[in-house]
Amino acid sequence: MRIIPFLISTVTTAGLVFALNNPLPVGNTKTPRLGYFLSPQQGFWQNAESSNASFSGDVKLNGLKGKVDVYMDERLVPHIYAQTDLDAYYVQGFIHAKFRLWQMEFQTYVAAGRLSEIAGPERLNIDLFFRRLGMVFGAEQTMQRMEKDREMQATVDAYTEGVNSYIKSLKPEQIPFEYKLMDYKPEAWTPLKTYLFLMYMSYDLTGSGAKQDLKMSNAKNYLGYDAFEQLFPNLQDSLDPIIPKDKIFTKPSIVPIAPKDIDSPYLNKSASSNSVESPTTPNRNNGSNNWAVAGFKTASGRPILCNDPHLGLNLPSLWYEVQINTPTHNTYGASFPGSPAVIIGFNDSIAWGVTNAGRDVLDYYEVQFKDTSMREYWYNGEWKKASLRLETIKVKGMPDVNEYIAMTELGPVMYDHHYKSDSTHPKNLAVKWTANKAGTGLKTFYKLNRAKNFNDYETAIADWSCPGQNFAFASKSGDIAIKQQGSFVARWKNQGDFVMPGTDSTYQWQGMIPESENPMIKNPVRGWVSSANQKATDTTYPYYLGLSHNFPVYRGVMINKRLSVMNGITPMDMQYLQNENYDVFAEMAKPVLFKNLVVAKLTTTEKKYVDILRDWNCRNEVNAEGATIFNAIWDSLEQVVWKDDFQNSKSPMPWPDGSTLLDNLLKNSNYRFADNLNTPNKVETIQEDVIEAVKKASVYLEQLEKEKKLEWGIVKDTKVSHLLQLPALSRLHLPIGGGKNCINATTTAHGPSWRMIVHMTDETEAYGVYPGGQSGNPGSKFYDNFIDSWAAGKYFKLLFLSKENATKNEKIKWHMTFTNG
Amino acid sequence: MKFITAIFLTAFLAFSIGLFTSLPWWSYVGTSFFVAMGIHQKAGKAFISGFLGLFFLWSFLAIMKDMANEHILAIKVAKILPLGGSYWVLILVTGLIGGLVSGLAAISGSTARKNERNL
Repeated sequence: MRIIPFLISTVTTAGLVFALNNPLPVGNTKTPRLGYFLSPQQGFWQNAESSNASFSGDVKLNGLKGKVDVYMDERLVPHIYAQTDLDAYYVQGFIHAKFRLWQMEFQTYVAAGRLSEIAGPERLNIDLFFRRLGMVFGAEQTMQRMEKDREMQATVDAYTEGVNSYIKSLKPEQIPFEYKLMDYKPEAWTPLKTYLFLMYMSYDLTGSGAKQDLKMSNAKNYLGYDAFEQLFPNLQDSLDPIIPKDKIFTKPSIVPIAPKDIDSPYLNKSASSNSVESPTTPNRNNGSNNWAVAGFKTASGRPILCNDPHLGLNLPSLWYEVQINTPTHNTYGASFPGSPAVIIGFNDSIAWGVTNAGRDVLDYYEVQFKDTSMREYWYNGEWKKASLRLETIKVKGMPDVNEYIAMTELGPVMYDHHYKSDSTHPKNLAVKWTANKAGTGLKTFYKLNRAKNFNDYETAIADWSCPGQNFAFASKSGDIAIKQQGSFVARWKNQGDFVMPGTDSTYQWQGMIPESENPMIKNPVRGWVSSANQKATDTTYPYYLGLSHNFPVYRGVMINKRLSVMNGITPMDMQYLQNENYDVFAEMAKPVLFKNLVVAKLTTTEKKYVDILRDWNCRNEVNAEGATIFNAIWDSLEQVVWKDDFQNSKSPMPWPDGSTLLDNLLKNSNYRFADNLNTPNKVETIQEDVIEAVKKASVYLEQLEKEKKLEWGIVKDTKVSHLLQLPALSRLHLPIGGGKNCINATTTAHGPSWRMIVHMTDETEAYGVYPGGQSGNPGSKFYDNFIDSWAAGKYFKLLFLSKENATKNEKIKWHMTFTNG
Repeated sequence: MKFITAIFLTAFLAFSIGLFTSLPWWSYVGTSFFVAMGIHQKAGKAFISGFLGLFFLWSFLAIMKDMANEHILAIKVAKILPLGGSYWVLILVTGLIGGLVSGLAAISGSTARKNERNL
């Protein structure tokens, strides 16, 4: 034995193995464990799915009552045929896990504030935010409530068992790609994870209040209430509400009374404080569209229902198509990987779709603690005991972080002396949020999956509490309806728009609006129902709906305008309507710009852009240069008009809506805010502002033109990003038009996440598409295979099959069977 | 002949132990070590046969997976790592990493033997 060479080579081998068995730092990131990751028998190569892989097979599942057949069609949509409902959910859990396991689990890590556990300390801030908002607390509340409902508990348990059966069947080399990339392993699924996921959806759809109430408070304090009310008005001139204006509402059963001292401490009508720094740019999420037209407006004489929920565009997609067929129901639609049942879809009798209600259901109360131990707080004239909730956050490669959250009668204290932001210091803010309260969300979908008629639909959604949704409905028997359903606070005007005093009960919620008084309409004379996140009603509705800032106006205007003139409608017409790129906001704003524009003051280049804008047909098509120019000029105009009014605020403030500026320019020729506060000796007019905006925009447009990026599709640059934001796993630079004020509300990273059209003919005729693919595996050709169709505005005809037809349909490619064993 | 046998045996045993996927990915360090101990070659030659055994095995397995997959995943991974999005480079790197560890283990195996001259 040659000791020295032996030792050298052995130490080198060990060193190399060690290096390849650990993540190595490269720049700002770390490599995967390269040896493991590249190993063809264990690493990522195992996830490279053969392009002619078969998805057929026989699976034994412990505890199945009968045989379950799953027919997979050519788009990899499973059609599940089971003898019992629980068997169906068992298999749905298995199938979700088989195709989407990593995503399902990752989403619950986000919701539970556990990202640092897998991604390290840089994610700690996000985790703290979700923990302190009470996400885990809320999921626990829901779970406790659902455990009392035998049917739902059994459903969630069966689903959980399905997910876990799949996880247990996985060999080490078969775990999804992302686990290998980030080097961790799947853990067991639990019912709590399902509730955490639903909690996440509540956050996604109602959580904007968590930041907005703070920003609105800053704005109100900085501007003073009067200026605030002008910049964030309660009226929107163009509003065409969900419930037609002629609807007469019943008397309210609760009339909330505003506290007597509201003017001075809460609304701050006299004072305005001063501080320094520019506002953050607004980033408002898109909403969604849904509508249903009555039979007398369609070619077939049967209703058609359409829905396209707008959410962040991600891969793997939030949605997963599925058909579930049991003796109790036969339902098709988009499901959430992580939850049993179908969320948006149709069955043999009805169809339903949802949009976000946008109502404010999250408030902050300022709590006064006796001292920093947070054990006692002042409430209604006495010191009350607060309990401390411990949240332990595991951090990869670091010691655990222990967070103590004071729990008060007003809710969990989200911000305190230890966890604070520029907007909250030095306050202690308790968060009161309907999502924190025990909900029954899943039950609504469970019942909708089985609903046969309007009454079933009404019963199904009656318990729905959070997030507030507009449930559109159509049935084969010819009914259409829409209802804004949720657990909504009966508010006095401005209640909860800002941080409220929490030292006594005067600012507390005085009651919830009874479900029967939520805005609803069935079979309206006009022949259609629709919603696009606009305000549900006009001001004759007896309850305060919240700041108009929460409710975009223009998509609703456009949908109603189109539907009012459409007759003899076919599903094909509806496909065009969902992909409509006409910008009604631009249609209204263009004349105002030109009215105030003195063309003589422009240079040749500036004139050139203005000319293109003049000729533009208000359509946000992929190649429309006019759309780019319009948006650049309008954004510049907002900057010119508002920026000086906000520039001295040191805390983040919201940005006024486009509709606020437009409404005022349409009404006033000399708008107060047109004046630039930085030029004390001069009063600027709106004409001067428009010139300045055009000049500013032209500098930017010239740059774009040089880079050959003037076309709208290129500027907007729509993408569908992988949940880890890795460009290699994302689809970038998609050629798709639209915009935030178009029915096709596709922006850079948001947009129609599931387009569905259901024609309620005897044999249901349905179309759908989502920007993703049925497989969550980046190594599968089914990972993103719908995206091109989606971008092109094309649809797939949805296969809604009886079991007998499933066995012989030519589009069915694979057959899986599940039996007890 | 020894050389060829060593390459083949290295690859075969690495593949076999690789079927036990709950063992660590580097378990072939042991098999490559014993092949080099058993088939007596100079350290340099042992390295090359150990290297080539795993280089061929890993590249071959990777190519099989990649071809069936029509390069879908390899191109993505080659962007993440980053290797310019080239699946060929990724296959090469896979082979090199597998080979390098195996080759070094083979030197250890070769030098672990009794010191014999003129081999």
